[in-house]
Amino acid sequence: MIDFINFYLFPGLAIGSVYALGAVGISMIFGILRFAHFAHGDLMTVGTYGVLAAAGIIAINPLLLVPFGMALAIVVALLVDKVFYQPLRTLPTIYTVISSFGVALIFRSLVQMFWGSQNQVFNSGGVRPPLVLFDTFRISVLHVQAVLATACIAVALHFFLSRTRTGRSMRAVSDDPELAEVSGLDTEKVVRWTWIIGAALAAIAGLFVAMDTSAHPNLGWNLLMPMFAAAILGGIGKPMGAMAGGYIIGLAEELSSYHWIGNEALISPSYKTAVAFVVMIALLIVRPQGLFKGRLL
Amino acid sequence: MELTGLFFYLVSILIAGGIYALLCLALNIQWGMGGLFNAGIAGFFAVGAYTSAILTTEMSTKHLGGFGMPVVVGLIGAGVLAGLMGWAVARICVRLKSDYLAMASIGIAEIMRLVIVNESWATNGSLGLAGIPRPFGEFVSGRSADLVFLAYVWAVVLIVYLVAMRLYDSPWGRSLRAIRDNEVSADAAGKNIEKFRVQTFVIGCAFMGVAGGLSAHYFRFLSPSATDPLLVTFLTWVMLMAGGSGNNRGAIVGGLGIWTLWSVTEIFVNRLPPEWVTRSSYIRMLLVGLLLQFVLQKFRAGIIPEKSPPIRFRE
Amino acid sequence: MSPLLSIRGLTAGYGGPPIIEDVSFDVAANEIAVILGPNGAGKSTVLKTIFALTKVLSGAIDFEGTDIASRKTSALVTLGMSAVPQSRNVFRNLTVDENLDVGTYAAPPADKAATREKILELFPDLRAKLKQPAGELSGGQRQMVAIGRAMMCEPKLILLDEPTAGLSPAYLERIFDLLLDIRKTGVTILMVEQNARQALQIADHGHVLVNGGNFASGTGKELLADEDVRRSFLGGTPE
Repeated sequence: MIDFINFYLFPGLAIGSVYALGAVGISMIFGILRFAHFAHGDLMTVGTYGVLAAAGIIAINPLLLVPFGMALAIVVALLVDKVFYQPLRTLPTIYTVISSFGVALIFRSLVQMFWGSQNQVFNSGGVRPPLVLFDTFRISVLHVQAVLATACIAVALHFFLSRTRTGRSMRAVSDDPELAEVSGLDTEKVVRWTWIIGAALAAIAGLFVAMDTSAHPNLGWNLLMPMFAAAILGGIGKPMGAMAGGYIIGLAEELSSYHWIGNEALISPSYKTAVAFVVMIALLIVRPQGLFKGRLL
Repeated sequence: MELTGLFFYLVSILIAGGIYALLCLALNIQWGMGGLFNAGIAGFFAVGAYTSAILTTEMSTKHLGGFGMPVVVGLIGAGVLAGLMGWAVARICVRLKSDYLAMASIGIAEIMRLVIVNESWATNGSLGLAGIPRPFGEFVSGRSADLVFLAYVWAVVLIVYLVAMRLYDSPWGRSLRAIRDNEVSADAAGKNIEKFRVQTFVIGCAFMGVAGGLSAHYFRFLSPSATDPLLVTFLTWVMLMAGGSGNNRGAIVGGLGIWTLWSVTEIFVNRLPPEWVTRSSYIRMLLVGLLLQFVLQKFRAGIIPEKSPPIRFRE
Repeated sequence: MSPLLSIRGLTAGYGGPPIIEDVSFDVAANEIAVILGPNGAGKSTVLKTIFALTKVLSGAIDFEGTDIASRKTSALVTLGMSAVPQSRNVFRNLTVDENLDVGTYAAPPADKAATREKILELFPDLRAKLKQPAGELSGGQRQMVAIGRAMMCEPKLILLDEPTAGLSPAYLERIFDLLLDIRKTGVTILMVEQNARQALQIADHGHVLVNGGNFASGTGKELLADEDVRRSFLGGTPE
């Protein structure tokens, strides 16, 4: 039981936080710009390497350098939207999907060009001992930080979307873009904010993964599938749903390799990624609008 | 050398280019005719490659089979299995917006990769399958075998091209394009959209499987790295887009043309200063990514744009 | 006095052949004007063209003496115009209160709280539903939210596309009564209506459109009495 909590439940929550932060962006982009953003994983990678670059110059805890990664991801996302996605906006959205598929590749090759393709470990001042609670629970400090940060972000995002003018405009455009236009809302501003938030959260998520393991050019791409699954699970256009979806997928992945029956892992850990896919497919069959009644695009 | 060397370099480009032309024709059936976005080309390609390899290699203790069957049987098996996989994906996703099909197809490609790496009883894991025969391998050997294989590949390309042309020009193909161009009116006309789309996707996937099989026979050796998901899927998309989606001839031209470009740039980037040579493959990737953006924005019709075949009336 | 809105020789469409051709009419300040006509006559297209949602091919649209034919929708809201589309006229996942609030973003009123209060007095039904998602309301209540949203920017002119479509006869009368109330607050209304007879009873002027062009214009009473109009669009004999 203790093992279950230490080695499955907490890691599940930690990776769930990462998926949650990534899926929010995917869900908002899908809701507002109406296309599945295939470069979102690689946008995460870009943000992560932004922090990595800063960490090479400033020797403090990389978590404190996350603004550098966020800034890089935001600038890159806005630039890509302007140069590559915006010219395609009048076409069927599938062209933008194809374009984003290409942008994923562009991001990755740029990262490889500048930083090489080897694994890079964050130098965070040696291995930190885990938190020990009641002499039994041993939790990685980083995992706790990831969960707490995600919780704070969720609260802030909820406040932003429900109280501020920009947030409400974003929800309005996501709800009905034509009516938003009739209401005279500034759609381009909404699109800008969508990228800003999506990219910033992607950078944070990428950093947590990289600090937990290591940074490498495929870091984000490998997370894309579970993030899509989480976004669909939560219902497109439901940011809080996407966050919940992230945790569900994260827990499902980790808990599926627990030895529920006998001593064998229920599903071999090497098939973890497949769990997200199976959940997504099952959902598309049974309830494509997601658990929280999102929109079906 | 240099002429024979150059000649066989050309042959190798034409063989690989033919395999890509096949992938483009297959993708053209899905995207060009049906408007379906397949982001998991590499997955269907890999299934085809492993199926054909397992069916045709000699009995081995290292992996499933081999069953020592003729290459033709292997390729048919590759098509059938890849088609079945495509059917499963399409059944679920075809009724949803095309983005979902893209996500699901990329997922299935990812799972196929996991299966191939992990299920070593069947695939020999990362060590790969060796001794995959070539067609007519018992009659020719050495370099001339490449020439035979070249003819074999392009014969398959020709067959698939003829099939694709027939499909394109058939009432079935016309309905499909009607669906692609205007979903609502085709629906109103009573065409069974879902069924047609599933069929398109399955046929395309089957041909992708055949292309995968051919590549396995070409290299005679197959390991998980041979079906790098990104390169295969991505190059095929760029090729079809540049060649002209919706046009079968454009698909072949795009496949062959971009592959030639891709191969030739390898020579050029290798002459870059040494500190850049290691990065050359990334630069090429970057350029292909940018090429796709350019084609999408400025050159959507491609080299040979789609032309609707004239409607013929039966006398 | 010059009209609030003046349309002259308006031709517009969606890229193919024009949907409306050479349409002309005026809307005076503080009146209710209604556009009538059979299905496919281009009634909604006229509204969309005024509101810059359809491309103007030729002709002029003057609002308070300025030509607005090439302005963007958001600029028109700033000038004092707003619109309610026919279907999908509320943000379904936003609460009623949020829907009203969104109405102020393009052109904030001087005193938002006062405007909101004024609108809630017009639509007292909405007061109890402020925290509910608009998608959960009935069709008639949604129409009220939609009109309320359009009024939050204190417009001079509201464009309504079939405000009674799909509503029960009882609700239809309520909406028409509300439109009269709205006019009393000084707002001008230009609407498209299918329920021609009832609409003409509350309208100051009606404009009949056939095949994308002008057919007849007149006061509500004139059109109700007009033999041609009655035979073609109103059906049957006058009561």
